[in-house]
Amino acid sequence: MKQTFAIGIGGAAGQGVATPGDIFAKIFSRRGLHLNAYNAYQSIIRGGHTLLTIRTGTEKVTNMGDRIDLLIPLNQDTMDRHLKLLSAGAACIYNADTIKPGPADDDVQLCPLPVSELADISRNKVAQNTLAIGAGLHMMGIGFPALEEVLREQFKKKGEAVVAENVAVARAGYDYAAAHFRAFPNPLSRTENRYAILSGNTAMAMGGAAAGVKFYCAYPMSPSTGVLHWMAAHARKAGIMVRQVEDEIGVINMAIGAAHAGVRAMCATSGGGFALMSEGLGMSAMIETPVVVINCQRAGPSTGVPTKTEQGDLWQMLGAAFGDYPRIIAAPLDIGDCFKLIPEIFNLADRFQCPGLVLCDLLLSEGRLSVHPQDLDFSPSIDRGELITSANGNGTPSAAATNGDYKRYKITDNGISPRAIPGVPGHIHTVATDEHMEDGVLISDEFTNPVKRRAMMEKRMRKVTGIEAAVPPPVLSGARTADVTLIGWGSTMGVIEEASEILNEQGISTNQLQIRWLVPLHGEAILEILKDSRHTIIVENNYSGQFARYLRSETSFVPDGHIRKYDGEPFMPHHIVEAVKEQLAGKTQWAGKTQVSVPMHEIMV
Amino acid sequence: MAIGVQRATQQLTMADLKGRVDPDWCPGCGDFGVLAAVQKALVELRIPNHNVVTISGIGCSSNFPGYMNTYGMHTLHGRALAVATGLKLANHELTVLVTGGDGDGFGIGGNHFVHSMRRNVDLLYIVMDNQIYGLTTGQTSPTSRVGMKTKSMPFGNIEAPVNPISLALAAGATFVARGFSGEQKHLTELIKQGIEHPGFSFLDVFSPCVTYNHDNTYQWFRPRVKKLEDDSAYDPADWKAAMENSLVWGEEIPIGKFFERTDVPTLHGAEPVLNEGPLVRCDPRVPLDVARSFIEELM
Repeated sequence: MKQTFAIGIGGAAGQGVATPGDIFAKIFSRRGLHLNAYNAYQSIIRGGHTLLTIRTGTEKVTNMGDRIDLLIPLNQDTMDRHLKLLSAGAACIYNADTIKPGPADDDVQLCPLPVSELADISRNKVAQNTLAIGAGLHMMGIGFPALEEVLREQFKKKGEAVVAENVAVARAGYDYAAAHFRAFPNPLSRTENRYAILSGNTAMAMGGAAAGVKFYCAYPMSPSTGVLHWMAAHARKAGIMVRQVEDEIGVINMAIGAAHAGVRAMCATSGGGFALMSEGLGMSAMIETPVVVINCQRAGPSTGVPTKTEQGDLWQMLGAAFGDYPRIIAAPLDIGDCFKLIPEIFNLADRFQCPGLVLCDLLLSEGRLSVHPQDLDFSPSIDRGELITSANGNGTPSAAATNGDYKRYKITDNGISPRAIPGVPGHIHTVATDEHMEDGVLISDEFTNPVKRRAMMEKRMRKVTGIEAAVPPPVLSGARTADVTLIGWGSTMGVIEEASEILNEQGISTNQLQIRWLVPLHGEAILEILKDSRHTIIVENNYSGQFARYLRSETSFVPDGHIRKYDGEPFMPHHIVEAVKEQLAGKTQWAGKTQVSVPMHEIMV
Repeated sequence: MAIGVQRATQQLTMADLKGRVDPDWCPGCGDFGVLAAVQKALVELRIPNHNVVTISGIGCSSNFPGYMNTYGMHTLHGRALAVATGLKLANHELTVLVTGGDGDGFGIGGNHFVHSMRRNVDLLYIVMDNQIYGLTTGQTSPTSRVGMKTKSMPFGNIEAPVNPISLALAAGATFVARGFSGEQKHLTELIKQGIEHPGFSFLDVFSPCVTYNHDNTYQWFRPRVKKLEDDSAYDPADWKAAMENSLVWGEEIPIGKFFERTDVPTLHGAEPVLNEGPLVRCDPRVPLDVARSFIEELM
């Protein structure tokens, strides 16, 4: 097993959970450590319960893991919820003045801080937090200067007096721990690596900037709003027009308008907003103007659980907009992939002049991960496809076209028709959401014509063949044959990987098939991979097995079992490990022929 | 500031602006007059037709772009203004005309209508207002009068109509006018002014539906319409006077330019990102030193 160390910091919203989290994250990343952070929070600005888990280690940390090594409860409620879940070797640092510990495992070290003795709490309202950071750092075997450096940056804007006060408080906590608490047996390592720490939302926004997005618009909606925030904050430096629009219907239509003028345009939302965009997606497909839409899934249906994660929008995505039309749907596999996927999907959307849909989720959108800076490549290939931006037509065969013979929807073998943008002389045309002929003239109203309708339908749908060829089929990771093949899609990659490692260590060999491209799916390739599998289990974060049903509809494949979770929280490795073992032992409930496990989320957040 | 309207080097004719197909409107439809007036305005303003984009939603009058020889977008019901806003921001050197009907603009598109006006997007929005749903064969529209009998309200409309002029004034439109399809010269003049106005120009046009609206006919409008321009004391810079006149409806119905102000920045003029020129001509790449600074923020 990889060596990792996880800190849990919990309290009410507004109590300052984020700041200690940021401080620990900075210290870890500057020691050259990887990290993964997940914040379990609620849709409330003040109050409630928030638990931030930061897990660090020398190797890539793909998920929040199963264990908290250090718990820092900022209030009694957090102590009551989480102390009992700590296991041997863990520690809990808390304010002894205000918080009482409850029952705990014998081998959990309780570390009470006499906060009012160590700091002037009338002056410093968050003294308990700063003391705990200092104490915790000592127990992890990290020297004080690392903390002092970060605190200086954190409070620089507030002046030297505030910096000095916070450094002194942190120092008091650090020294108190040296005198009173047992350090963890393995001090945190240090490497020469340096990582960028970012959320999936930041990654997708930056990926958009790298892809050459010039127009971004959105309506605020959790958990997608982080994309808007990054875009808005960096718009002027990056040369991106960013607009907040009156609703998601306006968002998709505005993005399509900008895209039609010739720039790359992107927007992000969550399930409810995506529902409003459905008709607009159909327009993108019908007028053949590419647009990229990100859906950061949250727990549905309806308003659902705005701050909780789910993979419940797959069928909404598959069914979005009426009629048949070509499109691309992809689910990023981790936060680094959130960046990388955006330029890739823009190239496809531009080449095939159709919508590109990104199916992300709260786990990636709002989680944070260490990513190697080289993986944030701002020089990806940019392929705008057959775009005519000047009267000379960019050297495309239609370059010499006069207005007389330019046909926006020219029927071609691959279904792709050269796209002239408004303003180019000699290429005037009208695009229409009504069915139209090669020159854009409507065949929906006065001149309906079944032959022409069929020809245009087939022209558009021929693009599907090209898209399939341009998108790689999924690959199996691990040995060709194994006791169990775990199948997942999108954000579950990391947790399935770790569960697989644990199972392998326990003598159950596993391999993993993780799906990134949902449309096109490459069903034949998937069947070819799965034909050698001894026992297949589909793992997904929803109630009905949306991917399992999709895979079945495309391939007739039925797995041996399912592991599903729809409580709003992400999978932890042990959820998958235990469910796999149960299913192999035939202990789980039967639903028809396949077994379904629904792991219980033990942490109350 | 707004970039001025681009002028053609050679004179366009009405024939140059004719689309690939003839209108399929009913004979006598008010929309014919609006189409002719728009084409005449573009000829008189000498705007090259490849720099014009005509954008519509869905409905009888929304077939408009297909009858024009300009770039065109026949979008979704109610969404033309949102599409037009994105297009204008991506290439603000284009002249953008948005056309549609009262159902399209004030019903299903009402939200975008209000927000486009407060944003002061630089475009001309022409609503061919016939106070009825035509293409769906005659139902009540947001501007149908109380008591009007239609297929959807056979016992008479019980909902008060929206007042497009008052609504536009309240929402912050910087050019608000009303025309009548039966007054060609006057309408052409309003269209020309609306195109040249830097900001959101709203032009509500009485465009009678000869098939489904037997209340608001040419004969009904003709004796009632009264041009604001005929009153030398009327000052279109006076917002309160405009609001007062917008409420006048009865034996006399004012048409003409109710209001105009040019001191409000246009949406594209207010955004420094566009200082370097239209987005469509900008280098899509983020400069590498800027990209590096984005990554360094995360370390």
